[in-house]
Amino acid sequence: MEKTTYNFKEVMSKSERLAPGHRMCAGCGGTITVRAVLRALEEGDRAVIGNATGCLEVSSFMYPYTAYEDSYIHNAFENAGATLSGVETAYHVLKKKGKIKENFKFITFGGDGGTYDIGFQSLSGAMERGHDMVYVCYDNGAYMNTGTQRSSATPQYADTTTTPAGSVSAGKVQVRKDLAAIMAEHHIPYVGQSTFTSNFKDLYTKAQKAIYTPGAAFLNVMSPCPRGWGYEPSEMMNICKLAVETCYWPMFEVIEGKWILNYEPKNKLPIEEFLKPQRRFKHLFQKENEQLIGKFQEEINRRWEELKNRCSL
Amino acid sequence: MAVRERLSGNEAVAYAIKQVNPDVMPAFPITPSTEIPQYVANYIANGEIDTEFIHVESEHSAMSATIGASAAGARAITATSSCGMALMWEELYVAASNRLPIVLALVNRALSGPININADHSDSMGARDSGWIQIYAESNQEVYDNFIQAFPIAEDKRVHLPVMVCQDGFITSHGVENILLVEDDKVKRFVGAYEPEHYLLNETERMALGPYAVSNYYMETKRAQREAMINAREVILETASRFEEMTGRKYGFFEEYQMEDAEYAVVIIGSAAGTCKAAIEEIRATTGKKVGLIKIRVFRPFPEEEIAKALSKVKAVAILDRSEMFAATSGPLGAEVRAAMYQAHSTAEVVNYFYGLGGRDITVSDFKSVYDNLETIARTHVVTGMYEYIGLRSTQSEEV
Repeated sequence: MEKTTYNFKEVMSKSERLAPGHRMCAGCGGTITVRAVLRALEEGDRAVIGNATGCLEVSSFMYPYTAYEDSYIHNAFENAGATLSGVETAYHVLKKKGKIKENFKFITFGGDGGTYDIGFQSLSGAMERGHDMVYVCYDNGAYMNTGTQRSSATPQYADTTTTPAGSVSAGKVQVRKDLAAIMAEHHIPYVGQSTFTSNFKDLYTKAQKAIYTPGAAFLNVMSPCPRGWGYEPSEMMNICKLAVETCYWPMFEVIEGKWILNYEPKNKLPIEEFLKPQRRFKHLFQKENEQLIGKFQEEINRRWEELKNRCSL
Repeated sequence: MAVRERLSGNEAVAYAIKQVNPDVMPAFPITPSTEIPQYVANYIANGEIDTEFIHVESEHSAMSATIGASAAGARAITATSSCGMALMWEELYVAASNRLPIVLALVNRALSGPININADHSDSMGARDSGWIQIYAESNQEVYDNFIQAFPIAEDKRVHLPVMVCQDGFITSHGVENILLVEDDKVKRFVGAYEPEHYLLNETERMALGPYAVSNYYMETKRAQREAMINAREVILETASRFEEMTGRKYGFFEEYQMEDAEYAVVIIGSAAGTCKAAIEEIRATTGKKVGLIKIRVFRPFPEEEIAKALSKVKAVAILDRSEMFAATSGPLGAEVRAAMYQAHSTAEVVNYFYGLGGRDITVSDFKSVYDNLETIARTHVVTGMYEYIGLRSTQSEEV
């Protein structure tokens, strides 16, 4: 199903499946992820969209208005995986019984709170059972809907409202959980990690593979949050670029167990470049915290090497 | 001709599931309801039904997936007990507010802690405010009959609410009894094909489910649920009357046993009603005292006026609760039945007992003591113990 050529203009002119008028913040990465992923649906293909509770849900389906062009179900915070697995199973039964003729695709969205943390078990169950669905995590690295509390996706040292930087605290103590790797260990047919690039090709092609590969698929998409991270909305694309060029956010996919590194920076930038423009890391640039940037860099290097080994590079 | 069989309560429910042949059943094992999904898995493994089983990793996911399947347009069911239902608690409310006609086979078991696997009603009573219809059973026959009736009740357009079909863990779920099974084709006709109006996979319309509703809208959804619960009253009775035409077995909101001339009444839910009936027969035969029983079948919606009317002529009533609500006063059934009697200006004396928690046995002689106590209270108008435990080990006792 993957197209051999990627035509930016053509892809961007596909009709939107998330209508404008939703109430997400200006410059929110979450809705950009939704639009980018749904753009990968073939026009004419039907879909049921799932959603964990979070910013996206409360802002895109406020009764009596929905921003979704497709059928949509929100259930609760921790069960987007289980809920969509019920929808997908119903589809197979009704199809088998001849009650439905058309083809449907199943895509659910959750933030890192609903995916890495409270919805982790439900996600793991849905992936392990191999439902023909895509779980998309729009990872903005904290519980943004409740006001930037730390999650297991929050990077180390980030200043959040539950890991505030203070006179005896340098922000979050622990390092990030590597959810894409954990999902790959479920031995599902497709796992992809992506973020926004200038032409959106990486995310588009990964979404296409995730949607049209039969079986369970997981996409982890770094989706910056201007309010939680502390940067000007106009800076978002630059932040994403720096995340990739510093190897903070590697772009990779795991197809049938085979790890593939999609992008390797020619000149890996130092992690400061990614940290500096963000308010949440401001305290790291105070004199007494400078050694922490070194530690952050060490962790980036360690994980990058680990990833390269997995990709047999 | 009805088929005569010997089945446990769990087998009876599983057999009803086989006859209904629902589309989707997500379930997670928990004693004492585990056998139900096991039997269903066997039916599926042998090609006897078309149901898709979802092997969820928890009861929370069981109800979440059931909600997803039902919203998608499938007839969806699940089964659970005790802590399993407690883990579903959030989702019970979601199922009811989304107006999904899910049927849940609940095998009642005490909630932890301490952990206990035997019967009491703390699980379903804890969910009594969740917006589910609740139907209880005394015997295996009643569980089977209630389960079949649950579908037309839940799916009726006037109702569109989930239904919990409750039975007492081990007592009926594992106890084997003689039972009359309805023929397959009759069950299929009675339940009918599931034809939802609005659903996610509808090819002619798109639907969005589970909105964020601000204060301007939330309250109306609750009022609409109340309306559905009010409508459920007539639908439950219509369904019971259709069921009686099919089987000859009569059902209502509750059963009145020896109540025509009763002066002393017990109000109870579930399997212990059978023991109470034995006590009534013995008392009436040996002493001629006019003792009777009201066995609640439908607890949600609560048949307030009907219960008050049925108790309007008695001198004293004992309401027996098989769960605590730790008000330091009554149990849930006690509170609601007394409220009903107050509304009807009843002058009968009332006492409230707790019994059978965590599977504690209740005997014919326990019921005889209850009726003796009612007679004394009616004569003296002195109630010394308004809230008593039946069969409690003495706290002073040295024995263990």
